[in-house]
Parts: sequence; C-alpha cells; structure tokens
Amino acid sequence: MPEAADTINYMVAGYVVIFGVMLTYLVSLVARWRRAHRDKAMLKELADRDEP
Amino acid sequence: MIKEQPKLLKTLNIITMVMMLIAIGLVFLYAPMEAVMGPVQKVFYFHVSSTWTGALGFLVSAIAGGFYLRTKKQTWDIISVAGVEIGLVFMLIGIVSGSIWARPIWNTWWTWDPRLTTTTIMELIYLAYFMLRRGIEEPERRARFGAVYSIVGFLSVPLTFLSIRIFRTIHPVIIGSSDPTASGAFDMTGKMTQTFVFSLITYSVLFATLLWHRTRLGKLSAEIEEAKLRINE
Repeated sequence: MPEAADTINYMVAGYVVIFGVMLTYLVSLVARWRRAHRDKAMLKELADRDEP
Repeated sequence: MIKEQPKLLKTLNIITMVMMLIAIGLVFLYAPMEAVMGPVQKVFYFHVSSTWTGALGFLVSAIAGGFYLRTKKQTWDIISVAGVEIGLVFMLIGIVSGSIWARPIWNTWWTWDPRLTTTTIMELIYLAYFMLRRGIEEPERRARFGAVYSIVGFLSVPLTFLSIRIFRTIHPVIIGSSDPTASGAFDMTGKMTQTFVFSLITYSVLFATLLWHRTRLGKLSAEIEEAKLRINE
C-alpha cells in the first residue's frame, strides 16, 4: 500500500485560514456592535439635551 | 428597539459552539486519514461546509430580496444584506482553503478551472453588491436595487454548483461521479461521510446564528441612522 503524502503543513495552513477568517469576522461583528451601541448612547444624550 | 440577546439566540450560541467543537473533534480524531492525499484531505470537511454556508447566505439574500420587493419592509433588506455579507466571508474561506488544498494535490495554488473561475466570478458579483449599495444614498432606492441585484446575482450560485458537473474540469466531485480528468477525488468511507454530514449541519447552524446576530446589528444600525436624521432635522 502506498504511503500517504506528507501534507500536514498544508492542512495546518488550511485550518489557520478557516478559523482565522471566521474569528476575524466574529471580532468585526462584536466591534461593530459595540460601536453602534456607543453611537446610540451618544445620540440619546444629544436628543435629551435638545429637549426643552 | 434592540434589547439584550433573546434566550433562543443565547441557546443557539451555545449549541453552535458545542457542535463546532464536536465537528473539529470528528475531523481530527474520528475521520480516518485519506490514503493518498494524507492530512491535507481533512481541509475538505470545512472547505465544502464553508462554500455551502456561502451559497446558503446568497440564497437567503435572494429570498429576502424577493420578500423586500413584495412587502417593502426594511427588515427583509437587512436580512438580505446579512446574507450577502456572511456568504462573502464563507465563500472567501472556501476559495482560499481550496487553493491551499490544491497546492500539494494539483501542484499549483490556482488554475482557471471552470469551478474556480465561476466561484471567483460569484465572489466578485457579491462584492459589487456592496459597491452598488454604497453608491446609492436614498435608503428605499438602495434597498430596491439591492434586492433586484441579490436575486439576479443568485444565478451565479447554481452555475458555480453545476460547473463541475457540466464542464470538463480537474475539480473533484464528491457527491456524484467526477470527470475522468479530475484530480484529488476520493471515495468516502462511512466515518468520512458521517464527519462530512455533521460538518455541513454544524455550518448550517453556525450560519443561522451568524445571520441572526448580523440582522440584529443591521436593525441597530438602522435605528441609529433614523435617530441621526431626526437630530439633523
């Protein structure tokens, strides 16, 4: 039976890309969520200040 | 008004994480090593699942686009955008992980094979979706154009899926019979099939979770835009 090719480095690279991109996307979602909440709080503060 | 995460979403987060850990365990500890390709074949499980998730994103986007055109409800537009964004991310993972797999198997990082070409075109079509939206200021017009684009753009998805079944290609077909010129095809054992199916289900659940989160973010962003407009008035 032929021996399997030594391709472990490619497997590692493949999974680094798979999990790396997924993690980056998750971080971007969390960052956008936090920024949106900050903006919302700031806008609420502005709206409250403008109210007579 | 966007509130704290609903209980169901919190539960879905946990289910997704547990399923993901099980899928990783199956890929590395349960599925046997492929006899010819060696360890790199294990990229296949998450590579196919990623492209599946990408296609799912584009499908959801087209369906939501259709609903938007019918109802004019902003929520459908938000879901449509979420579908394209998630689709783009996972299709990118599919393209890059496929290229890494191809290096030792095809002896090249890239070739203009029908599958690779149609996938690249599909990714570019959906990248252009965001360029189109950025170019339109009026929200209703932006949503309408986006909906039509997501429906028309979806034509690229079945074309990509069928490309390895219609054209002469070196890309292997795992479900169905490969072209005789395909390189890197293999017969799945029972354990491989179980791992593959579980990975597909896991990624589908992951997609649902991400879609929900991205839709909530879209709704919050829409609220902020409306609040900004009110303040400027």
